[in-house]
Amino acid sequence: MKKLLSTLCITIGFAGIVNAQQTEALKESIKRGAEIYSDFCVTCHQPNGEGVPKVYPPLSKSDFLKKNREKSIRAIKYGLSGLITVNGIKYNSNMSPMGLSDDEVADVMNYITNNWGNKNEKIVTEAEVAKIKKEE
Amino acid sequence: MKPIYSIIIFLFITCISCAQQKESSVEALTPEDLNYVTELVVADINIPWGMDFLPDGSMLITEKTGKLIHFKNGIKTDIVGVPEVYVRGQGGLMDIKLHPNYTENGWIYISYASTEGEETGGNTAIMRAQLKGNALVNQEVLYKANPNSKKGQHFGSRIVFDDDNHIYFSIGERGERDINPQDITRDCGKIYRLNDDGSIPQDNPFVNSENAKKAIYSYGHRNPQGLIKNPNTGAIWEHEHGPRGGDEINIIQKGKNYGWPIISYGINYSGTSFTDITEKEGMEQPLFYWVPSIAPSGMAFVNSDQYPNWKNNLMVGSLKFQYLERLVLENNQVTKREKLFEGIGRVRNVKQGPDGFLYLAVEGMGILKIIAKK
Repeated sequence: MKKLLSTLCITIGFAGIVNAQQTEALKESIKRGAEIYSDFCVTCHQPNGEGVPKVYPPLSKSDFLKKNREKSIRAIKYGLSGLITVNGIKYNSNMSPMGLSDDEVADVMNYITNNWGNKNEKIVTEAEVAKIKKEE
Repeated sequence: MKPIYSIIIFLFITCISCAQQKESSVEALTPEDLNYVTELVVADINIPWGMDFLPDGSMLITEKTGKLIHFKNGIKTDIVGVPEVYVRGQGGLMDIKLHPNYTENGWIYISYASTEGEETGGNTAIMRAQLKGNALVNQEVLYKANPNSKKGQHFGSRIVFDDDNHIYFSIGERGERDINPQDITRDCGKIYRLNDDGSIPQDNPFVNSENAKKAIYSYGHRNPQGLIKNPNTGAIWEHEHGPRGGDEINIIQKGKNYGWPIISYGINYSGTSFTDITEKEGMEQPLFYWVPSIAPSGMAFVNSDQYPNWKNNLMVGSLKFQYLERLVLENNQVTKREKLFEGIGRVRNVKQGPDGFLYLAVEGMGILKIIAKK
């Protein structure tokens, strides 16, 4: 029982450290992501992620972003065209591939999914972005 | 403090913290009765940026990610040997323009984002080359802006010739608003002029200015993505993207300063202002400005008989609002604006073909032709 308890404590402690590290990594990534955002995204999606009604979909409180982690990464990495629905409104536009490297895609994903009322504690990593291919 | 005072103070702070903007002098209207429709001519091009017409009526079309497409008799062929393109942010393979004497010399001019140079990143380059079968050969880089940058903004790109076969092209300020556009010793935020072989014309405005980039023809620009010759006067007309509001149409004059970012009708994307003034001595006023921004790209003067009611009108693509804007001009004043084909998609380019028809390049779609309604 004692052994079990100590294992449990170590596990929890270890998880705590990992979590703290992840939080720190996420914070740093979000900071870098903010710069990418103001360089590549702000023109269309606007400073507060509100988009432009019927033209550029919002990122703030976006159900699309929340429900489609992989699709969102793919869109940033390879571009997106065709009909999508965001918060009940249809958008049929075209986003060109931005030429961002995988780490930059991860950073900007962490920024937009943790801002303007969005929350995502599971950090998007460079490795995760690297795995995502052009076609589903 | 009485509540009324706090309200007044609150209102006062609200008013000064957000910059006030003066809207465009003419409002864009939806046409009551449009006798034209669009017909898809070239399908399935993601971001068609530049287009021009070969003497046989076939088309050359650039696609931003680096493809040069030859469209002939309904078939698309990829041209091989296109230079390596730096695809990042707003940069990639951009404009294409045939020499006015193409039938004699075969020169084709293209603009693209290039990594050539020492720093990492890229900047806009101008190349001329010739077509041999399906290959782009005899390539000569005529200009490459420096330094390179990893920023995603403002590559400019448009190419045009004047009546004396000078080549003019635009390079945007590459996201360095406070460094590039007002400094003639630096590239970016400029309209350039070269002889058709890439040499510097001896009467360029800054050939005798110390350390100046001698190819500069005008400066103080943000991101010009429209550059054409007025077929009636021979003058070079330009339009450029403002930030939030403040897109402009200008007639380009030698050595002139167009003011960015010292004067502007625009404000920051965030709503704060970066300048309090819209006019200053020694800086040119735009012929017209857009507030709110339409995000203009591509421009054409209509002078063909295909569109009797549109003669001498200016057509401008709107990326943001996804329509073609028709501007009616009287004595170089915009008197009317119309939104044509609303919701068509992001209009990247518009050109009048040698057959007199207007052609649109629409993102996510391809090339469309404007024809009379049956």
